[in-house]
Amino acid sequence: MGFRGTLGRFRLDARFETPARGVTALFGPSGCGKTTVLRSMAGLQRFADGMCRVNGETWQDGALFRPPHTRPIGYVFQEASLFAHLSVRGNLRFGARGSARSGAGLAFDEVVDLLGLAPLLDRAPRHLSGGERQRVAIGRALLSHPRLLLMDEPLSALDRSSRDEILPFLERLTARLALPVIYVTHDMTEVERLAETLVAMRDGRVQSVGPLRQLQSDPALPFALARDAAVTLDAVVESYDAEYGLATLVEGGLRLVVPCSALPLGQRQRLRIAAADVSLARVPPQGSTILNILPAEILSITPAGEQAMLVVLQPSLNGPTLLARITRLSWKRLDLVPGDQLQALIKSVALAPR
Amino acid sequence: MEGLAPDLWPPIRLTIELATTTTIVLLIVGTPIAWWLARSQAWWKEAVATVVAMPIVLPPTVLGFYLLVALGPEGLGGALSGLTGRRTLAFTFEGLVIGSVIYSMPFVVQPIRNAFEAMGSRPLEVAATLRASPLRAFWTVVVPLARPGFLTAAVLGFAHTVGEFGVVLMIGGSVPGQTKVLSIAIYDYVETMQWREASLLSGGMALFAFVVLLAMALIEKRVARVGV
Repeated sequence: MGFRGTLGRFRLDARFETPARGVTALFGPSGCGKTTVLRSMAGLQRFADGMCRVNGETWQDGALFRPPHTRPIGYVFQEASLFAHLSVRGNLRFGARGSARSGAGLAFDEVVDLLGLAPLLDRAPRHLSGGERQRVAIGRALLSHPRLLLMDEPLSALDRSSRDEILPFLERLTARLALPVIYVTHDMTEVERLAETLVAMRDGRVQSVGPLRQLQSDPALPFALARDAAVTLDAVVESYDAEYGLATLVEGGLRLVVPCSALPLGQRQRLRIAAADVSLARVPPQGSTILNILPAEILSITPAGEQAMLVVLQPSLNGPTLLARITRLSWKRLDLVPGDQLQALIKSVALAPR
Repeated sequence: MEGLAPDLWPPIRLTIELATTTTIVLLIVGTPIAWWLARSQAWWKEAVATVVAMPIVLPPTVLGFYLLVALGPEGLGGALSGLTGRRTLAFTFEGLVIGSVIYSMPFVVQPIRNAFEAMGSRPLEVAATLRASPLRAFWTVVVPLARPGFLTAAVLGFAHTVGEFGVVLMIGGSVPGQTKVLSIAIYDYVETMQWREASLLSGGMALFAFVVLLAMALIEKRVARVGV
């Protein structure tokens, strides 16, 4: 899809393609045009020079413009924007009424169950907390049986605790639905927990598009060089050691041991490994407390700011690349160069609570 | 003790008929105007809003004069009334309705426009993304959300039509059963020194105005408490 034009003094020229599955994050600082792109996709805004094609279906191109109510989308606004004159049930039903049964065909009860809405059904929107309201808004959008779910910073108007309350719902949702989602956010934490594809925007332009992990570990992009750089993994639970509370998770050839509460075997779980939590050693350390030590090869080394170097690593057992953020001094002392075989010491692996 | 004049009731019935018809016509005509005034980006919309609001400040005689010309045999009204075999719309019930609609328009358009503006465009956007056609969105979202505005508009439009005098005098005259509404009837009673009838009707009008304005205030208070 692509949209080009001006809104007041703001110029937008965004053009990108994204897979019609999983979660695509539209990421960028506020005012970069990501919400405008999302609104244009929904047809809430119209750029004369716009093109939007979804799954081979053209929604906008040249003179063709399908009005928003004919597009099979679900839209979650930044503020829940529930209808004040309807109860929670009425709001949910409003979504279910106007739509043909196609796309992600979730039944009313399923959505209520998935989002934990049962105790709220007969309440009025003004008696709900911010987090509850947003959950209802998400349910309402889902019940309109969309074939594409558009979410505009659904968490940014919420306080921290409501955000932590909703994120697991979103994770469960995106994991369970075969529904493509475009998710607008300026918060990298949300991207790392939810997205598979990343579209990075700045000043009305698309800077880079690709699988999240690929962009995260590309030293030519700002993500990898940032202080909080990290890679995300989508690993499957292989075993769980109840005695020590340790789960073994696998992705590709990579096997990681992570302390956590019990997880069902075979469950897919998103992991985050911060670059700052990975150290390097020439020889395998003896008697270390670190659980995850992996042989790996250096792919590249890039300066990241004044004091740090960013090392991109390919674990020898195959699997996703890792990042290590080390000091310039260590880099000098160990005399690291691309191609070196060494040991990656992973001090901690973050696992999103469910 | 002389009895009450037997023709006390027809003016009351006529007034209620006129005000009801006018209110219904106003809601039908005024809503699209209010919608356009609330939504349009046109630079000249405030000029239209001003024209709609002018009856508030114009002397009723000025309005009545123009209406008389427009409704008379030489005007548009004459042409229209020719279809029904009459020479003029002036001094008829239909003419009074047309005059009242124009005269009370600002009192209906303004509250509805305010309600639409307070609502903003978000509810409509939400409805559209939930596959509601513009028409369905209007009936299921806009009308219920703007209900206090419609209520205020209907009450004010009705009450203001009941209270009009100057315009009726100019274009309606005092044809019993056709154009002799309450305010005119009171005027006639005073002219003919029938003080009892005049004071009875006047007292009723004063009571009506009090009840209406009090009810309005209470409605607004309740809406403010419940919130939207």
